[in-house]
Amino acid sequence: MSSNSATLWLRPFIARPIALAGLAVLLATVLAAAFASWLAPFDPYAIDPAIRLTPPNAVHWFGTDQFGRDTLSRVIHSARMALLIGSGVVVFALSTGVPIGVLSALFPRLGHVLMRIVDVLMAFPTLLLALGMIVILGPSVANAILAIGLGYMTTTTRIVYGLTLRLRTETYVEASRSMGAGTLWLVSKHILPNLVSPLLVQASFVFAFSQLGAASLDFLGLGAPPDIPSWGNMLAESRTFITRAPWLLIFPGLMIVVTAFSLNLVGDALRDRLDPRFRQVFGEKG
Amino acid sequence: MWSYAFKRAGTTAVTLLAASVIIFAFIHVVPGDPIYVLLGDTATPDQIDALRHQLGLDQPIILQYLTWTGHVLEGDLGRSIFFQAPVLSVIADGAETSILLATMTMVWVAIIGVPIGMIAAVRHGTWLDQGLSGGAMLMASIPTFWVGLYLILIFAAWLGWFPSSGYPSIFEGGLANLRYLVLPSLALAAPNAALILRLTRASMLDVSREDYVRTARAKGIRPWQVVRRHIWRNALLAVVSAFGFTFAALLSEAVVTETVFALPGIGRLVVQSILRRDYPVIQGVILVIVVVYLLVNLIVDLSYRLLDPRVELQ
Repeated sequence: MSSNSATLWLRPFIARPIALAGLAVLLATVLAAAFASWLAPFDPYAIDPAIRLTPPNAVHWFGTDQFGRDTLSRVIHSARMALLIGSGVVVFALSTGVPIGVLSALFPRLGHVLMRIVDVLMAFPTLLLALGMIVILGPSVANAILAIGLGYMTTTTRIVYGLTLRLRTETYVEASRSMGAGTLWLVSKHILPNLVSPLLVQASFVFAFSQLGAASLDFLGLGAPPDIPSWGNMLAESRTFITRAPWLLIFPGLMIVVTAFSLNLVGDALRDRLDPRFRQVFGEKG
Repeated sequence: MWSYAFKRAGTTAVTLLAASVIIFAFIHVVPGDPIYVLLGDTATPDQIDALRHQLGLDQPIILQYLTWTGHVLEGDLGRSIFFQAPVLSVIADGAETSILLATMTMVWVAIIGVPIGMIAAVRHGTWLDQGLSGGAMLMASIPTFWVGLYLILIFAAWLGWFPSSGYPSIFEGGLANLRYLVLPSLALAAPNAALILRLTRASMLDVSREDYVRTARAKGIRPWQVVRRHIWRNALLAVVSAFGFTFAALLSEAVVTETVFALPGIGRLVVQSILRRDYPVIQGVILVIVVVYLLVNLIVDLSYRLLDPRVELQ
């Protein structure tokens, strides 16, 4: 990406300070995940029954949990799981949704069949679809990504399908086709480059909602294994101690909210910069 | 209108048929032989053979699907392993809680989401609009179970205003039992009110760009009259149809909330059935929810056409 297009991408954020703040929070989350073992003051797995359920203090800023583990350290390490699930879901949704959507738009007969299948999958509410997948596959991190990703594969396919149908009738695409351009050329030169911006918007929203989905699965005990630190798992564990140790609820929950909110802000800022003709394919939900 | 209604009902039927294949396949792809799944681990070989024959599992898969569909159409969704009762009656037991919870949630959504969305639209572009829209986005980013846990902590544990969990039927304890649903419905309403708020705002802004709104303004009609009679009336349509979808989606979205508040609804039934490996119940719930979801979609679509003749032209 040239420096010129880089400033073009930064412009929506500079014009909107709150979106810039969202971007900063995301960057902080990425850094927290990358340097977790260096940033965290304690070992997130270290058990110390002597200090179990200690309220926040000078040593343990966020307090300790029922095993005496340092909450701050666990919150920092959980950023890894959040980013892993989020990026996994985005990669899965885009890598399946984009080819299916583009092919469906370019080959109407194939598209008719594929889009009907997408319609059928969309008859299953996202969380229910995820739960059904977990029953079949069993609970694990990879399966959580797959289960949540399936619900967003369908929305991504619909969006890509709608956009490609629109792009296909653009004058420059028709001109290129009439000059003998093949399908592969059209897709790589005209369609995919035009899909980049809307897909970036879609990726932000999918990432945001995957955070909530993953937290729900973890909370139900059907997501990441309980020994892995994740914000959802931390909330599920602290639920029992809600009246004795209310501080345990604050920080993991706040992290989920802050991450999802930041992603939504970024997505919103990017969406407002989109070509108005593209904007309407995005509903209110991801 | 009629030709559209038939066409639309036809697509729904085809979608439902395809969905039923997936739901039927579910019980065959879950880990383990469906027979062991149905009988549990303690079954004797004789029992297994008997049930295999009785259920027709020794027959070709196509025939099995047709038999299953036939049973479903007669209202027989199989038997729950855990409850040793018909799946349909197990689901029906949870229906009261789920429907009342969804209804109460929609009341909050209507009270909170619609008026605030209208205010944001009327004050479009001001700091108030930005604040309200930003607040809505924040609400949509909060996990419902986190809100739920805080509501329990504050209003049940500390203040003692509402019960923290469970729900005894209103048919046994009277309407006062609805207080059990106040906190869960508020938790569930938060993100949905946010979505309706944004939709109300967007829909009103869309309508306010229409020519007839400009004409009304040009005629000198008072601004609030334009909002009330020209913009609001027409924007309402999109909002009301969103209510239909939201209500249908709530039945499954309530899974986590019902777990937090230990409500005996369909959502908690799913989670418990997953942990109990009670596959026929999971299958039944998925089927019921998908049917409700598709039917609501159909009804909303058709009533949309009936209420707004312009839709046909677009």
